[in-house]
Amino acid sequence: MIGRIDSKVPSGPLDSKWENHKFESKLINPSNKRKYSVLVVGSGLAGASAAASLAELGYQVKCFCYQDSPRRAHSIAAQGGINGAKNYQGDGDSVHRLFYDTVKGGDFRAREANVHRLAEVSVDIIDQCVALGVPFAREYGGLLANRSFGGTQVSRTFYARGQTGQQLLLGAYSSLNRMIGAGSVQMFPRTEMLELVIVDGHAKGIVVRDMVTGAISSHSADAVVLATGGYGNVYYLSTNAKGCNVTAPWRAYKKGALFANPCFTQIHPTCIPVSGSYQSKLTLMSESLRNDGRCWAPKKKSDTRKPGDIPEDERDYYLERMYPAFGNLAPRDIASRAAKMQCDDGRGVGPGGFGVYLDFRDAILRYGRGTIGGANLSETEAHARGTEKVKALYGNLFDMYHQITAESGYEQPMRVYPAVHYTMGGLWVDYNLMSNVPGLFVLGEANFSDHGANRLGASALMQGLADGYFILPATIGNYLATVAPDKRPKADHAEFRAAEEAVNARTQKFLSIKGKKTVDEFHRELGLLMWDLCGMARTEKSLTRALSRIPTLREEFWTNVNVPGSSDSLNVSLEKAGRVADFLEFGELMCLDALERRESCGGHFREEFQYTEKDPEVQSGKVCAGDVKRDDENFCHVACWEYGGTTLKPLRHTEPLIYEVVHPAVRSYR
Amino acid sequence: MNLKLKVWRQKDRNSEGRLVDITANSIPPEASFLEMLDIVNDELTRKGDEPIAFDHDCREGICGTCSLSINGIPHGPSETTTCQLYMRKFSDGDTIYIEPFRAKAFPVIRDLCVDRMAFERIQQAGGFITARAGSAQDGNAILVPKQNADLAMEAAACIGCGACVGACPNGSAMLFVGAKVTHLAELPQGQPERQRRVLSMVAQMDKEGFGNCSNYYECEAVCPAEIPATVIAKLNREYAVAGAKDTVGVE
Repeated sequence: MIGRIDSKVPSGPLDSKWENHKFESKLINPSNKRKYSVLVVGSGLAGASAAASLAELGYQVKCFCYQDSPRRAHSIAAQGGINGAKNYQGDGDSVHRLFYDTVKGGDFRAREANVHRLAEVSVDIIDQCVALGVPFAREYGGLLANRSFGGTQVSRTFYARGQTGQQLLLGAYSSLNRMIGAGSVQMFPRTEMLELVIVDGHAKGIVVRDMVTGAISSHSADAVVLATGGYGNVYYLSTNAKGCNVTAPWRAYKKGALFANPCFTQIHPTCIPVSGSYQSKLTLMSESLRNDGRCWAPKKKSDTRKPGDIPEDERDYYLERMYPAFGNLAPRDIASRAAKMQCDDGRGVGPGGFGVYLDFRDAILRYGRGTIGGANLSETEAHARGTEKVKALYGNLFDMYHQITAESGYEQPMRVYPAVHYTMGGLWVDYNLMSNVPGLFVLGEANFSDHGANRLGASALMQGLADGYFILPATIGNYLATVAPDKRPKADHAEFRAAEEAVNARTQKFLSIKGKKTVDEFHRELGLLMWDLCGMARTEKSLTRALSRIPTLREEFWTNVNVPGSSDSLNVSLEKAGRVADFLEFGELMCLDALERRESCGGHFREEFQYTEKDPEVQSGKVCAGDVKRDDENFCHVACWEYGGTTLKPLRHTEPLIYEVVHPAVRSYR
Repeated sequence: MNLKLKVWRQKDRNSEGRLVDITANSIPPEASFLEMLDIVNDELTRKGDEPIAFDHDCREGICGTCSLSINGIPHGPSETTTCQLYMRKFSDGDTIYIEPFRAKAFPVIRDLCVDRMAFERIQQAGGFITARAGSAQDGNAILVPKQNADLAMEAAACIGCGACVGACPNGSAMLFVGAKVTHLAELPQGQPERQRRVLSMVAQMDKEGFGNCSNYYECEAVCPAEIPATVIAKLNREYAVAGAKDTVGVE
């Protein structure tokens, strides 16, 4: 059993902790660095930037990804932008404000020192990306342009069209390529990590499967870095790529790494609604659209009129009504719940009433009239001119919407509905980004540390790159200095052989079941169950129900799944089977965590804990009825779950969250 | 709708492949092309057959993984990528040919999946700016005129899918290489390595067995990221200038 959980947050004032920590961190001299080998699993923003930066420092690096190229990691799909506390707009931004916005945005469930460091490093990230040739949007004078994002009142988001994630990833990928070309990084694409290997209590390597030949092999090293992204696909339908999975962190958890706050998932308010049971994924419409788009639902229930036929006074611009100070730029958790409230009230639009409108009519006219000579234009002419401007700002998003729905967002409002997008929970890490397993580091979405119970828009890219470019390269030395490089176990060590055997046995088990249902059928069933019982709203009853149904589904999976083909070739069903088997275990931990957290916070909404009309905070206008109600007295902590083996329930530990600077308050966006 | 599919099936890199007839029944027109294949695969699996292997990941048109040639055209009638193609573009009873991207430099590894490592090696040869993490000056210290930033962005939008190669009768990768060369040559940050970048990327491109451009413009027509063929002109110019300078020994 694990003893006291030590976050290793340095002492001293908040704004000098990171500087002091870097000075006090152990260094490894250049000629020794090359003796150390580090494995990086995952090649998204966090993985690619970490692999490249560690190689630049002189470490031997191996990097693994399941895709056919590191450039395809799902960071590529991030649309809107990346935050950086540059205050280039002179609108009152600062490191402290970004820090405060992020802590508040996370509903006071993030680790203060980590968030402050993230805000400090954010400015360096922008510089680094510019140096690498990321083509950020520019003003005519050649300076960097900014836009606003949810949960903030300043413009601090840097962007490259609606493809910022793509450009940032290609920047990190180019650095990674440089180091691969120089022989400092060995890249293993189409390779999936299936086991973590621990020798004498330290993470010393991994077992992987070559997804083309099926070959199982071991890699030993002095440290293992997981940058494998989030677990949103436990819901089957999400905005994640199809291949995103929880396997690497889950394998680590089962070897003793703590899993923190697994119930913290982010539901993004503006996604294209589900259209049928065959649907394989959900597509996000960037939060940046809420800079100009207005969310509304009809005031009348079951209103089947076309949106254009609904007069102004019969529209409920619910975000502007409920949260006037932030309006359409309310944070994601709040905007999602507000959309759900409209639909639950019978005022949803589109098939099944699962949708609200995101309307650009007013923005298009405003832009059209804002052009030279625009004031005197007719509505049609202003619309045409304004459309051009909106196209320049968000064209690729409107195109995507059109391809999927065959509707034009310029001519009629988009229909959107919340969907699973990001997971704030992840493997527990200390201030050095090391898990409780010595030598195992976790970066990016795969760790838990910076976003609390809700992540603000444009902060995922920031965190991934902060972890990879700047934090891990500075902190990994603290661990490596404690291990002698020549003491690394060989890849034929008994622990590696045992892990390989476990992987082979599992593979043979999958292939031998020969049941009646496909892997996808199980995955869909699990996803629906998780969405219904552990989705946007959770109750003690729904979670208890989920906890009794998941083990039954899991049992059925292990007796009735059909995985055709063989283990020695490219076998898509086999790959999926491994991932879904892990989701079937992980889903249970998520529900357990959601059940034990008897409060609401951020994206974790327990119906039992919400503000009502009777609360003074609602009467005084601070919050709305239906807003989440935290319980700081009992739950101002990180829930850290320890694997209990196949028979015991997982153990819940806590890391208290100590706020030295920010005072957790009622989170008001009114 | 019901469809007749002719699908390329191939066990592995070293086996012979062939077109196999498969029917797709009761496909909703709102489904995407890849969701149609998901439905077919679920049925194949239930019958105990192996599903059709095809590459895909983000399913929102940006990762560049999906790589199907549909009725002979990379990404088929999609305006962008295969994953953004919806069945409403087809009619009940249609016969659809589904093949991998065809190019010497992209060997088939199974069914519809190809090996695009040649693209990786070209990028590794020079598709970068050398800027160590932590070494950068303030972002606004480098002014980039908006028109250059826009041109760089237009070229940088390449998703690396390889449709350009699959569509080109010569199997040329010049749109792909031209996109990266243009992106970095347009920016002040890309100037110090401009010459060596284009020379080494083109050398690697030739080594991988890609053909040269002879102005068919098929690449531009199928490119899901709308990379213009002008990047090829830019590539030629960059290469000629760099080659000439290199020959006479000036940087």
